[in-house]
Amino acid sequence: MQLTINGKREEVGPVTTLPELLAGKNLPEQQVVIELNGEIVPRERWAAVVLQPEDALEILRFVGGG
Amino acid sequence: MNDLFQIGGVKLNSRLLVGTGKFASHDLIPEVINASGTQVVTVALRRVDLDTPGENMLDYISKDVIVMPNTSGARYAAEAVRIARIAREACGSNWVKIEVISDQRYLLPDNFETLKATEVLAKEGFIVLPYMSPDLMAAKRMVEAGAAAVMPLGAPIGSNRGLKTKELVRIMVEELDLPVIVDAGIGKPSEAAEAMELGAAAVLVNTAIAVADNPVAMAEAFGLAVAAGRLAFLSGPGAVREEASASSPLTGFLTV
Repeated sequence: MQLTINGKREEVGPVTTLPELLAGKNLPEQQVVIELNGEIVPRERWAAVVLQPEDALEILRFVGGG
Repeated sequence: MNDLFQIGGVKLNSRLLVGTGKFASHDLIPEVINASGTQVVTVALRRVDLDTPGENMLDYISKDVIVMPNTSGARYAAEAVRIARIAREACGSNWVKIEVISDQRYLLPDNFETLKATEVLAKEGFIVLPYMSPDLMAAKRMVEAGAAAVMPLGAPIGSNRGLKTKELVRIMVEELDLPVIVDAGIGKPSEAAEAMELGAAAVLVNTAIAVADNPVAMAEAFGLAVAAGRLAFLSGPGAVREEASASSPLTGFLTV
């Protein structure tokens, strides 16, 4: 199914949870923040979230800034 | 000398806030924090580059230091509000530096959008520090809207040009009852001291430390300068004169 991740269209398998998505991209869970369809998803709920077609995901992290 | 500094009810010993951008290596950050004595550091929130993910900045900041996410990237109030909410959820800190910029050349902040974001975020319980262009009336409105301090720029971000806005900052210090923190453009410790001697409550420095040949030593220099400038301000500097005023009496010379 198609979704948007960080503004880019991507193809993702049908039953994918957030932890699975991150593992597939080699992203350590502790380092990122996730916003799904405009709402922040607390880390405790990631395993319970199954992605749907046309979901819009923002995968974010803290970086240096002034 | 009893010199209390607090923001949003939190007492701070250091009047130097430090940004974490532009460092050659993240490993420098804990050393810079230590050398500077800072207790508040800024960070930014960005999309993960899915090809080269990178590290988590929070890993480099010790737990006793206050993390203040900025809303850099926001061009409008709504974007700043969204970034602030995500950042708070992500790191648990309710401090936020509102940074709303759509000027790509000078990175001058948009006071109007910054005010709107201040109103929303202050109501949501954030400790709001708006980065703004030194305009007394805009600052007064930000205070009314619930800002915990105001942060006027000294010069454009990253320019190292010093306290170019000195007159306007001086007026703000005189007329406002809450902390005025000079943020952006400070290029040398002497400029930080200058801001403190003017009566600024604190300064925020990023580029001048990060791009120095020796960032850790420069961080220490800034810490010393901010403390010196503050002590000088509290000590009541003497008048500036047109003419000379001799240090010893102009009579009783040995030679006459």
